[in-house]
Amino acid sequence: MNNQEEFRRDPEETQEQKLHSGKNKLIVSFSPHLHKDESVSKIMWMVVISLIPAGVAGIFIFGQGALWVILLGIVAALITEWIVQLFAKRRVSVLDGSAFLTGLLLAYNLPPKVPFWLPIVGSVFAIAIGKQVFGGLGQNIFNPALTGRVFLMASWPKYMTTFTSPLLAGAGFTKPLNYDAITSATPLAALKEGKVLEHISHWNLFWGIRGGCIGEVCIFALLLGALFLFIRGYISWHIPITYIFAVGLFTYVFGPKGLFTPPLRAGAGFSGDWLFHILSGGLILGAFFMATDYVTTPLTRKGQIIFGIGCGLITAIIRLWGGYPEGVSYAILMMNAATPIIDRYTKSRIYGTR
Amino acid sequence: MKKYFYEFLKGIIKENPTFVLVLGLCPTLAVSVSVINGIGMGIAATFVLLGSNVIISLIKNIIPDRIRIPCFIVVIATFVTITEMMMKAYSPVLDRALGIYVPLIVVNCIVLGRAEAYAQKQTVLNSLFDGLGMGVGFTLALILISGIREFLGAGKILGHTLVKGFQPAFVLGMPSGALLVIGLLLGFFNVLKNRRE
Repeated sequence: MNNQEEFRRDPEETQEQKLHSGKNKLIVSFSPHLHKDESVSKIMWMVVISLIPAGVAGIFIFGQGALWVILLGIVAALITEWIVQLFAKRRVSVLDGSAFLTGLLLAYNLPPKVPFWLPIVGSVFAIAIGKQVFGGLGQNIFNPALTGRVFLMASWPKYMTTFTSPLLAGAGFTKPLNYDAITSATPLAALKEGKVLEHISHWNLFWGIRGGCIGEVCIFALLLGALFLFIRGYISWHIPITYIFAVGLFTYVFGPKGLFTPPLRAGAGFSGDWLFHILSGGLILGAFFMATDYVTTPLTRKGQIIFGIGCGLITAIIRLWGGYPEGVSYAILMMNAATPIIDRYTKSRIYGTR
Repeated sequence: MKKYFYEFLKGIIKENPTFVLVLGLCPTLAVSVSVINGIGMGIAATFVLLGSNVIISLIKNIIPDRIRIPCFIVVIATFVTITEMMMKAYSPVLDRALGIYVPLIVVNCIVLGRAEAYAQKQTVLNSLFDGLGMGVGFTLALILISGIREFLGAGKILGHTLVKGFQPAFVLGMPSGALLVIGLLLGFFNVLKNRRE
């Protein structure tokens, strides 16, 4: 009888509240009895914290405009989440950090100088269509921030591919690509157009002195954030490392003058600039912060390795032979779509069954 | 008379071919880039539906049950050919815009669906109003979808710019945009329907 009453208690009332209400001093509950002080919300905020260095670096490199893009993206994401949850009569969970993170990641994936409505439209699309239409956090098939980015990319390619050159260019660092007054191509776009890339060093790429999206340029800051997540155990190595390794391997083997690249010649291949491919574009940002999203990636370790290699393969294919210069967002979204089937084929055997 | 009016009206809302029966999505996806294409496609399909429903309802007792589908197709194809020739003669611009999708009305599942599910069992007058209602419902759905897509995807309605400085989202003019708009509208109408019940 007592047990049944325990079952029927208000689900909203937490154990702590019960403890302090004084009604029921003795709590009978199922295992586990020891639990860590972790929640989805806390993890989301931790990821946000780990992304701060990259944002600061982006603002430092591209100037104040980048800050506005980030702020607009976040505010629009929060307001959209609130309005949609209000209309759908769901529990309003604006402050759980997930919408904040989506807005932040979307803004990190935008060029530093975009019209003010672009991050707003992207965030609205990411939250409303990318997440809430599927039923909110935990139900979405595709990474919301990347859904928003791809929508913007397909809708306003003019703004999404106009990159400004870094403010720091020339200040002590070797000059990046031949930039005119404001705009400059990203290293990958220049590579796609067949320009020579000798005047951009790997160090410049590492510190982020190049054209690109706000959050993707400073590899050093991104690795700092990723290290924090690794140490706290919020992400495992399985997806990011296999992803980056796969991109490095495929671009090394099939590189610019590699195998299958016409004109075919003897002894070709195994000459691609793999470090360039790892350091340029959004690979580090995508591998550590977006391909590790809990909701849209496989659950099992084996599945995560498959996911990482698949992402790397698709990214390398798009970069080497595709129409777009960069393929990280498309690769992650495609593998997001494959996640249910990966989960089905890698699910672990239940103990005692065949 | 009231009965016929009901037969006409059900095709527009209660059994709307696009949003409730979810039939004929292929031409809907393909031609709903601009409102004028949507209207042209809708009128062509309405004419074919009207003709095929009436003729099939008339000959329903003559055709053997086993080969009814080929018979339906012959009737439908006749009307589609008439439509196509008329369109080529009087509106070559629209014909070029719609392209292959005019002859493809032959295999439009709304037309064959109404023949199979309705016209071969009902009286001629009922079938006539059913075909008319379905055609008008299809046309209205096409106008709605193509209106949204043309406005947001190209910034225009019927070729006229409405809002100055509006930056159209190209994706809505692409096939993926059609799937997006149709999916969201389907969801929206389902929400409305569930709320009314």
